[in-house]
Amino acid sequence: MDETADYPLELTGEDVPMVRFLNVTKRYGPLTVLDKLNLDVAEGEMVSVIGPSGSGKTTVLRMLMTLETINGGVIYVDGKPLTHMPKGGRLVPADPRYLRRMRANIGMCFQHFNLFPHMTALQNCMEGPVQVLGLPKAEARARSEELLEMVGMIDKKDQHPSRLSGGQQQRVAIARALAMRPKVMLFDEVTSALDPEVIGEVTNVIRKLVAEFKLTMLMVTHQMGFARDISDRVCFFYAGRIEEQGPPDALFGNPQRERTQQFLSAVKDAG
Amino acid sequence: MSLWHFLQTFGPRLLDGTLVTVEQFFLAAVVAVAIAVAAGLMKLSRNLALKGVAVIYIEIFRGTSLLVQLYWIFFVLPLFGITLPKFAAGFMAVGMNLGAYGAELVRGAIQAVPRGQWEAAYALSMSPARRMRRIILPQALLIMLPPWGNLLIELLKGTALVALISVTDLMFQSKQINASTYLSAQSFGAALVIYYILARFLLTPAMRWLETTLRRRQERS
Ligand SMILES: Nc1ncnc2c1ncn2[C@@H]1O[C@H](COP(=O)(O)OP(=O)(O)O)[C@@H](O)[C@H]1O
Ligand SMILES: [Mg+2]
Repeated sequence: MDETADYPLELTGEDVPMVRFLNVTKRYGPLTVLDKLNLDVAEGEMVSVIGPSGSGKTTVLRMLMTLETINGGVIYVDGKPLTHMPKGGRLVPADPRYLRRMRANIGMCFQHFNLFPHMTALQNCMEGPVQVLGLPKAEARARSEELLEMVGMIDKKDQHPSRLSGGQQQRVAIARALAMRPKVMLFDEVTSALDPEVIGEVTNVIRKLVAEFKLTMLMVTHQMGFARDISDRVCFFYAGRIEEQGPPDALFGNPQRERTQQFLSAVKDAG
Repeated sequence: MSLWHFLQTFGPRLLDGTLVTVEQFFLAAVVAVAIAVAAGLMKLSRNLALKGVAVIYIEIFRGTSLLVQLYWIFFVLPLFGITLPKFAAGFMAVGMNLGAYGAELVRGAIQAVPRGQWEAAYALSMSPARRMRRIILPQALLIMLPPWGNLLIELLKGTALVALISVTDLMFQSKQINASTYLSAQSFGAALVIYYILARFLLTPAMRWLETTLRRRQERS
């Protein structure tokens, strides 16, 4: 049907990345948001995505979560195609079933938390493990309580989201995503909707994840200091392309491209 | 004839009629809710055939008069071999008509659940059916409960039409009493007051109780 039919059915060999965007194109109507994006994220790597508003950062995460379909190229997760499935020796667009199975590998935290308001913190965390993974309730509960403990929310496990502050809700949302045991975690500006004084409680949880879990993470953020601290690599997006990427100290300390320099000095002035 | 004497004489018949009205109301409400949920979900379906059936159903039943629908179900369907007793024809017609309005409430409430809720459920790999049942419908239910209160009052008032196919409801009894006594003010006045009491002092508080109970259980205040 299209050029993706000839893409590899799976990635093999040494150093298969946990995530690979291969020539991924995304259009909204006439607007091409991402044009042949290529991006690898290694297993256990923490990659931060920065860039001006509208540059396509959220779209990258949403494509990986399969919340958006793509218009060209293939995304692979753990060596297997995500957006496509093998059929008769070629890749064809994935059907809903295949997508559902594959996206179980991926967890996502949203800017506005999106906790289920009719469930307690604990029920929010148990929902996926019980309903989707089919774990026995007791096991799902133990797993969820352990994660709520880790994010410092065990005391509030029986509260509904309406009783929690933004920072507390976001920490529960992180626990909820982790309860599915994803291989890849996505964070889309998870501190942008928070009051300044509670941002730290969420970033501390993410720091802990980086330190203690061997998770692959992709994080969109406007907090440059935080990105510099915890990332293995930083990607600067500009107009739907990766304008520049590299280790945080290089990218923040000695940016090569003019647009990167402009962006970083603008953020510095603002912050 | 004094009001007291009127009530003494005709009270039992009015009470009989009221009970029939209440029965018609409950059965029609069950039909309306079932149809509303089915048609509301079908209208949101991506399957064009399902969606088409729902759209046509809603159009027909909202676009034509309840009385004509009642006559169709009672007088015309038998010509096609479908004969319903008048009691069943009564609540079916009322339920099918109000169900079409209810379908729009169901559809609207589902669409009013914030997009982020769908996305969070999707990100947990929930199947569409599970997403709907576990995440969306409980929240939609709270959103649509107040307008359902109004719709059920319309439904109660709509049941008065079943008197026209001789279901012996409150309206039917009032008409009979009026025909034999010519006491129009008392006959129809009694009906008026009883409908009002059913709507305002039974139905409305019941719906409000349901809403607060659900809201408390979901703790969204
Ligand atoms: N659902 C959509 N429909 C149309 N255009 C969209 C949609 N979502 C995003 N866009 C456009 O795609 C571009 C990239 O958006 P986004 O990925 O959200 O940027 P960022 O997260 O970097 O701010 C923007 O120009 C935005 O207007
Ligand atoms: Mg964004």
